[in-house]
Amino acid sequence: MAITVQHKRQRVKNFALAGFLITLVVLFFFITLVKMGGAA
Amino acid sequence: MPAMERTAAYAAAVSAPGVAGGAQLADYIALLKPRVMSLVVFSGFAGLYLAPGTLHPILALTAILCIAIGAGASGAINMWYDRDIDGVMERTRGRPLPMGRLEPGEALGFGITLAVGSVAVMVLAVNWVAAAWLAATIAFYVFVYTMWLKRRTPQNIVIGGAAGAFPPIIGWAAVTGSVGIEALVLFGIIFMWTPPHFWALALFRSDDYGRAGVPMLPNVAGAAETKRQILLYTVLLFPIAMLPTWLGFASHWYGLAAAVMGILFIVCALRVRQDTHHRAARQMFGFSILYLFMIFTLLIVDKSLSGVF
Repeated sequence: MAITVQHKRQRVKNFALAGFLITLVVLFFFITLVKMGGAA
Repeated sequence: MPAMERTAAYAAAVSAPGVAGGAQLADYIALLKPRVMSLVVFSGFAGLYLAPGTLHPILALTAILCIAIGAGASGAINMWYDRDIDGVMERTRGRPLPMGRLEPGEALGFGITLAVGSVAVMVLAVNWVAAAWLAATIAFYVFVYTMWLKRRTPQNIVIGGAAGAFPPIIGWAAVTGSVGIEALVLFGIIFMWTPPHFWALALFRSDDYGRAGVPMLPNVAGAAETKRQILLYTVLLFPIAMLPTWLGFASHWYGLAAAVMGILFIVCALRVRQDTHHRAARQMFGFSILYLFMIFTLLIVDKSLSGVF
């Protein structure tokens, strides 16, 4: 199946969303550490 | 331009062949108004840095992130609501919604998701006072400025400007859990700076605003009255920018530098009053951005050096 411009755009958006969600997970992990008192 | 014609112009723009073709990542970024966001982040950081006390760097970073995303969410919802007038203004017709690269529902959903997410993270990670101020800021920008004032009164950016002035209060509240007089001074500086900044822009973009039917001061009261108001607000801004020194939370060095910047800003306003070709208005618009950046940078540097000298 040919990769269209729409496919490429969707792929970029999917990677961006995945990156955003992974960043959030990492951020929440560190926030949890701080809030639990370990590093505060 | 009447509302019906604006809607027709918007519909024609989005149905133009070759315009629609799927949103790119850049379109979602454009929805966040990155340039406005950068100023909001900077002033929010200033409030956070100048507040007494400390905040864990991870939580400080989270607070700044929430302020940035909240500002972006406001921008996205603003673009959703203003998509009709954005389509007829030269300055904004290249935005994703007037160009038809994004569906209005996508922009609205994106904005609401980010708004709710930023406030939720702020309340969970930082404190409820900062979260409440963030929620109020988003609501003020969307409901009071965008939906209520912008198309109804030439005082739109005077009152609506409060939304842009809240970020230092949010930053301050993130550290202290309250709002001190110092945070209100930072608010006052941006609040009083906003009208001359936007009216300088409106002077050389009055045709654009006129086409869109946005009652900016030059279109309603004329250029002469706008120039008088610009000078008035610039003069009123001078003592407010001096308050950090007078109230004792900035040094005399800050006061001296702020006075110089204030005098230069007033000189800009006087030149705008004498100029008939809006060249001075363009220069004042550029200088106004430098002015605000310098005032907050001076406050940050002043606090950084307070223990050194």
